[in-house]
Amino acid sequence: MLEFYGEPVASRFLLGTAQYPSPKILGQAVKASGAQILTVSLRRETAGSGTGGKFWDLIRELKVKVLPNTAGCHSVKEAVTTAKMARDLFGTDWIKLEVIGHHDTLQPDVFGLVEAARILSDDGFKVFPYTTEDICVGEKLLEAGCRVLMPWCAPIGSARGPVNPEALRTYRAHFSDVPLVVDAGLGRPSHATQVLELGFDAVLLNTAVARAGDPVAMASAFRLAIEAGRLAFEAKPLAPRDMAVPSTPVLGMAVFE
Amino acid sequence: MRLIINGETREVASATLASLLEELAYDHDFLATARNGDLVIAEERPSCRLEAGDRIEILSPMQGG
Repeated sequence: MLEFYGEPVASRFLLGTAQYPSPKILGQAVKASGAQILTVSLRRETAGSGTGGKFWDLIRELKVKVLPNTAGCHSVKEAVTTAKMARDLFGTDWIKLEVIGHHDTLQPDVFGLVEAARILSDDGFKVFPYTTEDICVGEKLLEAGCRVLMPWCAPIGSARGPVNPEALRTYRAHFSDVPLVVDAGLGRPSHATQVLELGFDAVLLNTAVARAGDPVAMASAFRLAIEAGRLAFEAKPLAPRDMAVPSTPVLGMAVFE
Repeated sequence: MRLIINGETREVASATLASLLEELAYDHDFLATARNGDLVIAEERPSCRLEAGDRIEILSPMQGG
């Protein structure tokens, strides 16, 4: 069974909690997804609003594990402090570590990411790093203490799907015994199937479900697509061939001329 | 005393972080706090003394991807 830091993971679908039309639809989408791990964040609380408490009540009712993130952090200091505040608030040492390097592409600052991952791992955190598909960076993250890697497949929220599947294939082959989660860039269920077929262990997505016309139905579609992709991987798909190969036996065909 | 609270300058009377949360009517327990960029855990708020110019961050759970 898939494990993250020694904890069994029942669903290969990690789901974000942002951008849903309403809290009710968020709750319904989570149930439809079958996700057991939800990403959450931290933001400034307005005095007297109780906003954060209401959201936290909803998440706790869903009885899932939370994976707090450091979304929006652009420096090591910001990310480390946010992670520590998240641990204090959510009571978990899991952290989805984001150190953003570029405003437009939201691509990770991989140098800051490795540095922050080392600081947090040394402090007892179990770090889930949002990274690129660069193998050298992956190696550095493992050296820093990470035991899960989360490469993007396209920019956050872009819905493009795997823009470099060959790199993902190589990444999977290189880190054959490390749990790998594709995080960011998935737009459609078929994208999720594709990366699961490549052997990735799980996917983490948010926008593709939350901003769909029907988030609850899309959550179901992704759940099924993820299951299909995993089953296909385990069933060992046929390798592509350059030339046609008849599927119907030719031996014993009638001759009419 | 003037503090910078969640990015806004405020004049407050409280001497500790715990009393500041009461003064500003933060009414639930789901908060994380930092003073000048460093986490202050809930148990340390009563003894966390404030000084003029301190930067205080008060965060709560929020939707995230």
